[in-house]
Amino acid sequence: MLAKRIIPCLDVKDGRVVKGVQFVGLRDAGDPVELAKKYSDERADELIFLDISASHEGRKTMVDVIEKTAANITIPFTVGGGINSVDDMKRILRAGADKISLNTAAVLRPELIREGATIFGSQCIVVAIDARSVGENRWEVYTHGGRNATGRDVIHWAQEAEALGAGEILLTSMDDDGEKKGFGLELTKRVSEAVGIPVIASGGAGSREHFYDVLTQGKADAALAASIFHYDETSIHSVKEYLQTKGVVVRP
Amino acid sequence: MIGIIDYGMGNLYSLSKALERLGYSYEFASQAERLPEYSGLILPGVGAFGDAIANIRELGLEQAIKGYATTGRPILGICLGMQLLFEKSAEHGENAGLGLLGGEVVRFRGDYKVPHMGWNQLIIKQKQPLLNGVQEGDYVYFVHSYHVLCQSDVLLATSDYHQEVTAIVNRDNVYGMQFHPEKSGETGMLLLRNFAVQCEGVLT
Repeated sequence: MLAKRIIPCLDVKDGRVVKGVQFVGLRDAGDPVELAKKYSDERADELIFLDISASHEGRKTMVDVIEKTAANITIPFTVGGGINSVDDMKRILRAGADKISLNTAAVLRPELIREGATIFGSQCIVVAIDARSVGENRWEVYTHGGRNATGRDVIHWAQEAEALGAGEILLTSMDDDGEKKGFGLELTKRVSEAVGIPVIASGGAGSREHFYDVLTQGKADAALAASIFHYDETSIHSVKEYLQTKGVVVRP
Repeated sequence: MIGIIDYGMGNLYSLSKALERLGYSYEFASQAERLPEYSGLILPGVGAFGDAIANIRELGLEQAIKGYATTGRPILGICLGMQLLFEKSAEHGENAGLGLLGGEVVRFRGDYKVPHMGWNQLIIKQKQPLLNGVQEGDYVYFVHSYHVLCQSDVLLATSDYHQEVTAIVNRDNVYGMQFHPEKSGETGMLLLRNFAVQCEGVLT
């Protein structure tokens, strides 16, 4: 059976991991390649790098990070952040990333999804959606790192992204992000039921139980977390072990 | 020396690095006349079937690959590369493939998520040297919206995604893997190594 995926996310700025990762035994906890290796060894199912570099130099450094990562791990990884054109996608995929994640650029110009899917295939194109609650069972799409409201309905945008050729949705519940009180279950369930492509739930992971909830009740195909793994609050192994005891299929 | 066929479709970097880590030498091959120099060929690929086969034809690689297959040296198609080995595909209209294996490529249809994306288990159908060390139930990484329907005699392994999904195929010297071995952890590396060993001709 197809396994539910557990995906750590790394924020990278100018070639360094930010959000102070605290691991024992790492020579350089700021080195994205070393962290990618560690997570890959711990049986992460995929990785996501979010490039938050603001400068052109920082973006060039990211390509170097991608090449080194691809040469050192044997699990798939996605790169997001600052991808605005087919040329940007090409540069990142050629360097060895398996998928690219589009967020603000896709909202500003939805055709970018179609262009990417046509050239590289839908399986390469992840559309990341930052969602904030605006009433009962209604969520609005935010862009620019969650700063700008767009007036767009999250469910409609997810469906439009799928129609344009997205292969997967990375859905972040801004209301839950950083709170560690669990993923946005209702949001995730509604989006997952509204589209025919896989949905990665993000934002709110604080315990192993939260992963169970979002992968069952929330109907997510995969769950992403950052700080809970970076700070060794729980390990990927521990999350997977728990999921297995609860009958969720995971790659052990 | 293994030739990784470069016809402008997909991520060759990860695959080449995987071979490098296994200690096998490779070259990217896009010139038809050079294919006979290699001890084995890998046909990778992501993207659309129609574009892929058009590129292969444009580069004059179709006859070269078919000719290579008759020499008895190993060929491995990966993901879309595996699908290209079959007779035809229904992806965006009907397209003929290389026809090295009998069968066709159809879209997943049903009330479930497409692409079939993520880690799924191998169900072993025929134990062959390519599968040395691979256990029933080992996980590999799939990502595809189309899958191959073929005769059971070419199936070495399948996977289960709302139906039996063709995962590893083989007839004589022609091999295919629907998943990405270069992205499938230690199981994928084992499969790649087993293929590379066949290319070196040292398998006993």
